[in-house]
Amino acid sequence: MIPELGHFALILALAIALVQGTLPVWGAAKRQPAFFALARPAARAQFMLIAVAFGCLAWSFYSNDFSVLNVASNSNSRLPTAYRIAATWGSHEGSLLLWVLMLSIWMLAVSLFSRSLPDAMVARVLGVMGLISVGFLSFLLFTSDPFERLLPGAMDGRDLNPLLQDPAMVIHPPMLYMGYVGFSVAFSFAIAALLDGRLDASWARWSRPWTIAAWIFLTLGIALGSFWAYYELGWGGWWFWDPVENASFMPWLIGTALIHSLAVTEKRGAFKSWTVLLAILAFSLSLLGTFLVRSGVLTSVHAFASDPKRGIFILAFLALVIGGSLTLYAWRAGKVAPGARFELLSRESMLLANSVLLLVACAAVLLGTLYPLFLDALGLGKISVGPPYFQSVFAPLMAPAILLAGVGPLIAWRKGDVAQAAQRLRWAAIVALLGALFLPLAFGRWAALTSFGLLLGFWIIGGSLTALFVRIKSGAGLGSSFLGMLLAHVGIGVFVLAVTLVKSYETERDVRLAPGESIVLGGYDFRFEGVKDVEGPNYVAARGTVMVTRNGAPVARLAPEKRIYHVQRNPMTESAIDYGATRHIYVSLGESVGDGKENAAWTLRILIKPFVGWIWGGCVLMALGGLLAASDRRYRSGTRRREQTADATLVRGSTA
Amino acid sequence: MKRFLLPLAVFLLLVGFLAAGLKLDPREVPSPLIGKPAPAFDLPVLQKAGQSHAPGAGRFAPADMRGKVWLLNVWASWCESCRDEHPLMVELSKKGLLPILGLNYKDKDEDAQRWLAQFGNPYQLSAVDADGRIGIDYGVYGVPETYLIDADGVIRYKQIGAITPEVLERKILPMAAALRK
Repeated sequence: MIPELGHFALILALAIALVQGTLPVWGAAKRQPAFFALARPAARAQFMLIAVAFGCLAWSFYSNDFSVLNVASNSNSRLPTAYRIAATWGSHEGSLLLWVLMLSIWMLAVSLFSRSLPDAMVARVLGVMGLISVGFLSFLLFTSDPFERLLPGAMDGRDLNPLLQDPAMVIHPPMLYMGYVGFSVAFSFAIAALLDGRLDASWARWSRPWTIAAWIFLTLGIALGSFWAYYELGWGGWWFWDPVENASFMPWLIGTALIHSLAVTEKRGAFKSWTVLLAILAFSLSLLGTFLVRSGVLTSVHAFASDPKRGIFILAFLALVIGGSLTLYAWRAGKVAPGARFELLSRESMLLANSVLLLVACAAVLLGTLYPLFLDALGLGKISVGPPYFQSVFAPLMAPAILLAGVGPLIAWRKGDVAQAAQRLRWAAIVALLGALFLPLAFGRWAALTSFGLLLGFWIIGGSLTALFVRIKSGAGLGSSFLGMLLAHVGIGVFVLAVTLVKSYETERDVRLAPGESIVLGGYDFRFEGVKDVEGPNYVAARGTVMVTRNGAPVARLAPEKRIYHVQRNPMTESAIDYGATRHIYVSLGESVGDGKENAAWTLRILIKPFVGWIWGGCVLMALGGLLAASDRRYRSGTRRREQTADATLVRGSTA
Repeated sequence: MKRFLLPLAVFLLLVGFLAAGLKLDPREVPSPLIGKPAPAFDLPVLQKAGQSHAPGAGRFAPADMRGKVWLLNVWASWCESCRDEHPLMVELSKKGLLPILGLNYKDKDEDAQRWLAQFGNPYQLSAVDADGRIGIDYGVYGVPETYLIDADGVIRYKQIGAITPEVLERKILPMAAALRK
């Protein structure tokens, strides 16, 4: 009964989405207030219904209803409760329902926090979101029904993939999807503005906090996924350039470019058509990611079981949404008035250069991701593109972007003063250079690339601090948007430093140790004390004990495991990590060499990774920076309306 | 105006590729053996239950099939997907469209004999590759696998995994008919 209720709620939601996607948009075009007043209540009703549907599916998982196919395929009565609930989004169908739920949450948010927007605008924005919702709800209902019954029901379920049985599964997908789907708001604002024919500073101001909010979720979602892969997969890597990772990273790159471009459009009224294009692209890449993960056109560890029918459906939807919006763009963008003029050396031109670099980097990632598909489709053979391509293409494109980000905040709008900026930045430059040259010596090994990586990291941090110092000295106020920007830039710097240090100075060793034997690595002494069998809630594990000491003083007692889950029977490694601020000690258990005897030797993989934690620390700083920026006073409804009218006259005045 | 059409043009090209991609299988690994002569071997033939290998008799080499278009089907009694595929093989052998020869891969004779007795024997004969050495020559990486070999002993098609009715009707049988001409 409960699953049918959920199914019915989804059907009702589709009906409401159809109404929301048509009548308000039509009403806005025909200036019929009665029709565009429908948008807000429709969005709220849709949220309610989708939340009910999601609740029904979660309940089916919680209550072990194995007569639901989805539950029988992805859960098990011995699965711990938290994972049973997380299993709701563990399958293709369930994760799609999560996607739709996130979309409805964003629609609800727009309907609630849009009091200062003109009603016609809200009607268009929610209308476009409603149409997106129509597409995904029909995809869900017609090709991927999460409530499909299995009659007669199974005695027990086939269990959730053991890789997914991890606390990160509870939060990583919702975060990531919030980010993905969040770009639909900026997208809908852009489409609404194109439909309306009015792309102005107030449009950029409305879009900005929504874009930043989505970007924060995406940043945290990607960081969480990376951290999860790091501790779960057992070999200590944190980014694999896997097609599905790339699918989440591409919208992030474009989203980052969009945030910067929106700043210019808001402050200077420039780059309007460029900003609109980025807003369309960011969400298009989210959709493309959905297609890549679910259609089976690429092989990936993340891919869901593929079904050509689904692939065709998403591709058609993709063509309609993206093709339609790019057509609208081609038709309308040419008519947008150019913005205020600026000099070659100005903050505008630097932000433009940065967003172009980000777009090109994204194109490079897209090319690498789809290259195997291109070649295969042209009959030129089968290849796979691995990390070496991405590293050698991506890093050189990002390096100038990071150099620019260090300078940008110190260059004035419209016309920058090179001499003044150079003078202000001299200390940052000196500190960055000295740090880059001499820090590697402290680690005992100097290499040009290491030094260059450190230079980039120190440079962007130094430049940000300089900008803060200059702003304080000038007596101008410190808006939270300005502070947020600096904090996010410092986050990038921290991230770059951490990546450089890990890449340059990590040590790794695969060893074979019998109980009682020990090995010295990186100044630490690792003593293997043997392996015991332990019983988990739904698995059995071989748990090893490794005592780590340094100069005789105990550092950590690590317990890496090798688990066999009862239902799916495949072995999983659970690495053990001693988290330190300056290094992680990472141990994972390999194979038993002596047929599982009491005193058998085991293979172990031991890694010492300096400053690796700061990779994610940097991401958290970026997200916090985003939070600060999005919470700026001028985005809050009260102050907004006044400034917005002032701004609109200003823009009209300058373009007339 | 024209430059604003550029994103649309790039996108349409991309959609074309993605649509083509839907028809392709990225997991399908092409065999370097296609178009090459089937590697030679000389193996004992799986006997009926209760009979042991008669010395000197009952051996099979691919050269024995010269002049015929035939299927070499790699199977084993321990292989689950072989059981899924098996009814199709039995049906095909009843129709007599193509001679099917088996390569019994890394199996025990008794198990293999029992399996054929239980599920039916579509094979003219099965060569016994007990240690899997011939499987290495043929690049076997998952059982079942099936090779279509022409009258000159050249491999024309390789199916990794179980043959589906669709593959049989759309690919193997038309190819075999064309090769016989």
